[in-house]
Amino acid sequence: MSTASSADQYYVPHGTHWPIIGSIGLTTTVVGFARYLHGAELTMTFLGLAIVIFMMYGWFGQVVNESMSGLYSKQVDMSFRWGMGWFIFSEVMFFAAFFGALFYARAFSIPWLDGASNNAATAEYLWPNFEAAWPLLAVPLAEKYEVAKQAMGAWGLPAINTAILLTSGLTVTLAHHALKRQDRDWLVYWLAATVALGFLFVGLQAWEYSHAYDDLNLRMDSGIYGSTFYMLTGFHGFHVTMGATMLLIITIRAMKGHFTPENHFAFEAVAWYWHFVDVVWLGLFIFVYWI
Amino acid sequence: MTTATTHDDAHDDHGPAKGLMRWVTTTNHKDIGTLYLWLAFIMLLTGGSMAMVIRAELFQPGLQFVKPEFFNQMTTMHGLIMVFGAIMPAFVGLANWLIPMQIGAPDMALPRMNNWSFWILPFAFTMLASTLLMEGGAPAFGWTFYAPLSTTFAPDSTDYFIFAVHLMGISSVMGAINVIATILNMRAPGMTLMKMPLFVWTWLITAYLLIAVMPVLAGAVTMMLTDRHFDTSFFDAAGGGDPVMFQHIFWFFGHPEVYIMILPAFGIISAIVPTFARKPLFGYSSMVYASASIAILSFMVWAHHMFTTGMPVAGELYFMYATILISVPTGVKVFNWVSTMWKGSMTFETPMLWALGFIVMFTIGGFSGLMLGVAPVDTQYHDTYFVVAHFHYVLVTGALYSIIAAFYYWVPKWTGNMYSETHGKIHFWWSTISVNVLFFPQHFVGLAGMPRRIPDYSLQFAEFNAISSIGGFAFGLAQVYFLYIIIKTIKGGEKATDKVWEGATGLEFEALPSPAPYHSFDTAPEIK
Ligand code: HEM
Ligand SMILES: [Cu+2]
Repeated sequence: MSTASSADQYYVPHGTHWPIIGSIGLTTTVVGFARYLHGAELTMTFLGLAIVIFMMYGWFGQVVNESMSGLYSKQVDMSFRWGMGWFIFSEVMFFAAFFGALFYARAFSIPWLDGASNNAATAEYLWPNFEAAWPLLAVPLAEKYEVAKQAMGAWGLPAINTAILLTSGLTVTLAHHALKRQDRDWLVYWLAATVALGFLFVGLQAWEYSHAYDDLNLRMDSGIYGSTFYMLTGFHGFHVTMGATMLLIITIRAMKGHFTPENHFAFEAVAWYWHFVDVVWLGLFIFVYWI
Repeated sequence: MTTATTHDDAHDDHGPAKGLMRWVTTTNHKDIGTLYLWLAFIMLLTGGSMAMVIRAELFQPGLQFVKPEFFNQMTTMHGLIMVFGAIMPAFVGLANWLIPMQIGAPDMALPRMNNWSFWILPFAFTMLASTLLMEGGAPAFGWTFYAPLSTTFAPDSTDYFIFAVHLMGISSVMGAINVIATILNMRAPGMTLMKMPLFVWTWLITAYLLIAVMPVLAGAVTMMLTDRHFDTSFFDAAGGGDPVMFQHIFWFFGHPEVYIMILPAFGIISAIVPTFARKPLFGYSSMVYASASIAILSFMVWAHHMFTTGMPVAGELYFMYATILISVPTGVKVFNWVSTMWKGSMTFETPMLWALGFIVMFTIGGFSGLMLGVAPVDTQYHDTYFVVAHFHYVLVTGALYSIIAAFYYWVPKWTGNMYSETHGKIHFWWSTISVNVLFFPQHFVGLAGMPRRIPDYSLQFAEFNAISSIGGFAFGLAQVYFLYIIIKTIKGGEKATDKVWEGATGLEFEALPSPAPYHSFDTAPEIK
């Protein structure tokens, strides 16, 4: 007989219905979206997302409860740490695919379309008027893609956004220090500041998008420049939104009195994630906006 | 490190829950392993029946049974189902069953997530298979789904394919994270890294590869999706992108993917050969280092799939030399297996036969791979049946053989029953003869210039294709026989001893009864 709370045992849960709900939710979401792409309404996608959110709420809620009731040993905590670390690595590789596309376009496909390497004759024959440039504001086949009037500069909003995200990286670290010295008030303040900065960033990004669309005519279909711009900043913005939402949940939990100086894996996991979106942004700022 | 286990119900040595929900809600690594293995087997038969359609059509020149469009749907779905549905889930199933037992852990590190990794897959494959019934048919662009075939010229069902790939990717990444967390965090005290069985080592490295490249595949299909529907121009030269870029991104995933499908096989063979040679594995640490270097090199050779696509000469040279370099660590492995057998007291039970079949025929596939790695000659071989012969030697007589070997080797531990040695041997010889009849002639027609992914061919290839098809039908039938053997062994048979094999080593044989109890190690075993 083992009574279920001894802190030095490895907790193996029995039976869970959250995963199957998650699978149903994910499938509903993507099938709905595929149908939307062929003319249906988005209703099914939203239904699917609702199921996924319900699943996350229930699953994480259960884990939080188990953690609060002391079921998790140090070793369980370590499994979570490995899990989160490698999850972030998988996210890094997801962004790497799009950065790879950006670098490939800039270093190879655009120069080659203009005849670089051994492509002089092909370029002359296919796109005699095309000139390599970055940001690419004149695509090889102008009839097919309406290009941007102007590129997105680096030193306006993007620079401000950089400052915002870097500051938020600092505030989340200050929150961590506050947690460690058991200063609950400052923990909550710094967390709230981080959340605010995170959502401010997202808001400014949205504003930048409307500027890009309306004033610069920079869109997803503006050739490879627009494609890489929106794919990279879009996925990043989505990740910031997720991160800020998770931080908000952590803030609420901190207000409720969760977390101790020794035991606050969820806080740390979200902080790691936050630093990760921060670093990705630096890559974006340098390679998408700046050089 | 602590190792005792808590369960969330009050009693410890209980069995599984009853009924269907047991399988849906289970968090037990053995249950989940069983689910994975059955899914893989069902997929093997599904993908296999598609191969039968292909071989029936190719039995004679001319068009007999299916339309060319449908033929292409068959090759595409066959490849996708075998790679993502049969081989990969089978290895994950084996990882689930074996890794906790081999390192002395109570279960996988993240049991709930383990359940989710599995239960995404039936949904993903249902979606993928449903494309066959859609208007315009299933994807027909080959399992490599090159742009612009998969963007501009693809059927509507392609979007379902894209999302199916996303789901499989989520499943694989979660599964791999679980494997890594288990191996790094759940070993019994004393089970140092360099004491781990090689199956555990090779899976650790495989999991790393999975986490590194599955997201890249997700990125690739995402770009396909936006090119198809949101007018991005990643793979469209007219907008400054490049269809060749698709190939680079795909093969950056694709080449490590082939090692994902063979590294766990190396681990299995490294377990079986010492048992039946009754000698410890020769060169354990060199096996570990060789696996790690194969993994690292596998990221640096992807463009050997693109020698004829067009690439600067410097690129061709680099990718050629890097590719050929991989044969060094792979050779280390083959030599180690051979040295393990050298002067051993060998016996030839069924698992050993499959392992030996693996060593011989995987090496044949490796050699044809070396030939393909040489850029100037690949110009002739590329996209011919020589390539088909190559990857079937490494995948069927390599990956699949190792999985079958693993089944015979560990099934007594799983079920407590011995399989019938006669049936196992018939299965082996029947498969091995037919698989060579099936794939060996494809080398010849390939070298003579017969292109792959074509339902018709010129007359001079007729004899070899007929032979190949006969081998194909026979091999397919052999796997139906395998299904019979599996069911029979689960249902009953001679009782297995705890150690199962005279020469067996490792915790699963030395520290656990047969069949292994529902919870393996509630308290950590002692490691000598
Ligand atoms: C019953 C045994 C099998 C038979 C008879 C068979 C036969 C075939 C044939 C005839 C093709 C089409 C060649 C072409 O025209 O391009 C093919 C392709 C392929 N097979 Fe198999 N196969 C078998 C098992 C497997 C297994 C176990 C795997 C898994 C790992 C596999 C992986 C592939 C792949 C990846 C392709 C390429 C698909 C494509 O080009 O899109 N096959 N197979
Ligand atoms: Cu390769």
